[in-house]
Amino acid sequence: MLKDITLGQYVPGDSLLHRLDPRTKIIGSMLYIIALFLLKSWVGYVSITVFSIALVILSALPWRYVLRGIRPIFYIVLFTLVLNFFLTPGEVVWQLGPLKVTAEGIELGIFMGWRLLLLVLTTSLLTLTSSPIALTDGIEYLLRPFKKIGVPAHELAMMMTIALRFIPTLLEETDKIMKAQMARGADFETGNIVQRARGMIPLLVPLFVSAFRRADELATAMEARCYRGGEGRTRLRELQFAGRDWVAMAVSIFVLAFSILDRILS
Amino acid sequence: MAAMFQLEQVSHLYNGGDTEQKIALKDVNLAIAPGEFVAVIGHNGSGKSTLAKHLNALLLPTEGQVLVKGMDTKDPEQLWSIRQTAGMVFQNPDNQIVATAVEEDVAFGPENLGVPPADIRRRVEAALKAVDMWEFRQAAPHLLSGGQKQRIAIAGVLAMHPEALILDEPTAMLDPSGRREVMDTVVRLNREEGITVVHITHFMEEAVLASRVIVMNDGQIVLDGVPEEVFSHVTELKALGLDVPQVTELALRLSEHNVKLPPGILTVERMVTELCQLKSKM
Repeated sequence: MLKDITLGQYVPGDSLLHRLDPRTKIIGSMLYIIALFLLKSWVGYVSITVFSIALVILSALPWRYVLRGIRPIFYIVLFTLVLNFFLTPGEVVWQLGPLKVTAEGIELGIFMGWRLLLLVLTTSLLTLTSSPIALTDGIEYLLRPFKKIGVPAHELAMMMTIALRFIPTLLEETDKIMKAQMARGADFETGNIVQRARGMIPLLVPLFVSAFRRADELATAMEARCYRGGEGRTRLRELQFAGRDWVAMAVSIFVLAFSILDRILS
Repeated sequence: MAAMFQLEQVSHLYNGGDTEQKIALKDVNLAIAPGEFVAVIGHNGSGKSTLAKHLNALLLPTEGQVLVKGMDTKDPEQLWSIRQTAGMVFQNPDNQIVATAVEEDVAFGPENLGVPPADIRRRVEAALKAVDMWEFRQAAPHLLSGGQKQRIAIAGVLAMHPEALILDEPTAMLDPSGRREVMDTVVRLNREEGITVVHITHFMEEAVLASRVIVMNDGQIVLDGVPEEVFSHVTELKALGLDVPQVTELALRLSEHNVKLPPGILTVERMVTELCQLKSKM
């Protein structure tokens, strides 16, 4: 059933990574990404791979969940490998007609592919161990300092919350409208792409009308409950840094420092 | 004691699609005392929903004055204080739940009022227990039934510590069991917590539960009294396109055939008692 969809890929748990403050995880992921792109040496790559595996073990998530995140980028990685193998100039190790594979190409390709794999693997840990609500809260807190330059931190977070809240409702409604239209002979499954796109009109029009009506009613209901923007608002759950968050931050900074050093030395 | 709601000569005009204006309320005078349970009935377009929206300043009167515990709804300074005093529950349960988890949604009102977090937690717990939904605090709202969602909406209002609850057809989209859940909760809140209730409905069985029934037609109050009195006007109500509870109509038909029943019988139990008394007299 459409009703049972889970949003994002959050897997509830109680591991150290689950308990970290979402802000720590967001900042940590950002530092990790920077580190990953700074690394240059084999030693660096091996170290960060070990570190990434340690993170997955810390998350206590089953490997198949973590690896599932990699599947969609399989072809991108393959493409990166092939492109680098053939297009990097250097010492030719194998040749077929105009196609040349170079030693430098192999090295660069593996680096690039490996980098992509680690990137997706580790950043997916962020969404696997944090609920959408926690992530939204984290983003709101992190964007607060940018309010002065006009970033609507609270509004963005509220929009995300409402979107998350209404996706299942609208999906359910889509399902209902589709069935209602099919009962009247609408056809969503056959024909070429133009015909199919045209077939979506009887689905989209009522869906949009209803979404606007919902938005209007929700706005009234929010006003009735004294909503007046982010000013002076408190939260049920205040985010608070614990000791573990400071440790995690220190570790992230260490990883970044390590990669900078690696870059300079090699 | 000051009235909870005081409406003086209230009129409201809607701007129609064209230049034509539609009168939704016409010179309405009404006072509702604290602790009352008022049911407002009337057919579609009678102005009952417009009336409800005037009680917490979602709509402002075109003419006249609405006072909520002495606060004028036209005064922007008092707006949030009015909305905190008179909480509102709407018809569509889906379109008034904001957050993705029950407790987060109940916390929405107090969060807006700037209540400290520890206090919000206490209020959320008390409100969810008052509507009997505490065990669902972590649930996702879209997985709940209609009646449960409406109870969450009521809890969301209760967590703001209101003195009055305005219910704008909260049962219209629910199945019979959901309706019963919501009405049981509302009746209990009125009797035990002393919360003033203004309940807009088109179900007569729900109006019977109230201590006072107001009948609206064409933007005006046409009948106002205790349920027994209001529902004894069977022919007037029928002329307005409203139904009366089935037993009440049965009582009327019987008395037309010389069965001596008092007017204003609203429940089956009362009917049984009255009939038994008649029988014992024969």
